Amino acid sequence: MLHLALFSIFGAICVAGAVNLLVQRHPINSALSLIAVMTSLAVEYLLLGAEFVAAVQVIIYAGAIMVLFVFVIMLLNAGEEERTRGSRVAILFGIPGVLLGGVLVAWTLIQRSGTDEVALGALPGSPTIIGWLLFHDFLLPFEVTSLLILIAIMGAVVLAGKPEAETQQTGKGH
Amino acid sequence: MVPISYYLVLSGILFGCGVVGFLIKRNIISIFMSIELMLNGVNLSFVAFAAQWHALSGQVFVFLVMVVAAAEAAVGLAIIIAVYRNRETLNVDQVNLLKL
Repeated sequence: MLHLALFSIFGAICVAGAVNLLVQRHPINSALSLIAVMTSLAVEYLLLGAEFVAAVQVIIYAGAIMVLFVFVIMLLNAGEEERTRGSRVAILFGIPGVLLGGVLVAWTLIQRSGTDEVALGALPGSPTIIGWLLFHDFLLPFEVTSLLILIAIMGAVVLAGKPEAETQQTGKGH
Repeated sequence: MVPISYYLVLSGILFGCGVVGFLIKRNIISIFMSIELMLNGVNLSFVAFAAQWHALSGQVFVFLVMVVAAAEAAVGLAIIIAVYRNRETLNVDQVNLLKL
C-alpha cells in the first residue's frame, strides 16, 4: 500500500515535470523541471531496489549533467524561445495519433505483463554487488566507457575552445 | 506491491514526452533536454526489467547509459556553444546552413 502510494506520488511528479518541460518557454524553467523529473525518478529506482542507481541518478544526472546545462543556459544568456506556428496536419493527426498509440501501448503492457509484482527492495542493488558485476562480468564495457569519456572530454575542449584565428589575433590565447 | 507494467507505462510516458519535446521545441538547449528525458525513460524501463527478471545486469546497463549521456551532454553542449559563437542564435530554425 505504501509502495503504491509512493509510486503514484513520485510518478505524478515525474509526469508533471515532463509536461512542464514541454510547456515552459524559458530554457531555465525547463531545466529545473527536468531536475524535478530526475530526482523523483531516483525515488522510483529506490522503490525497485536499485540503491546504487538511485544515488548515481541524483549525483551524476541531477547534479553534474544538469549543472552543465544550467551553466550553458547562463553562459549563452538564453532567452524565451520564439514560438513557431505548428502545422495543421500535426494538430489534426499528430495529437490523436500520439494519444491512440500511448493508450494502445499502455493497454498491451498492463494486459501482458501485469502479473509480476515487485516487492519493496526485492532485488539487492547495493554498490557492492553492482561494483562486483562491473569489474568482473562487464570489465570490457567499463573500460570502453572510460575511453569514450576521454574522447568526449577532448572533443568538448576542441569544439568549445577558442577558434584559432581569434587566438592569433589577440595574441594572448594559449 | 506495484505491478511491473506501471513502471513500464511511466517510462513510456516519459519517453513520449521526450519525443514530443524534441519535435515541438525550437530552442536548441530545450531540444537537448528532451533527449535527456528520453534517456531517463529508457533507464527506468531498464531498472524495471531488471527487477522483473531478477537480473542485476540491467542496473549495470543503466550505469553505462548514464556514462554515455554524460559524454553526449559534454559534446552536445560544446557544439551548442560553437553554434552560438558562429550564428548568434539558439533557434534551430535559423541554423539552416545545410538546408536546400
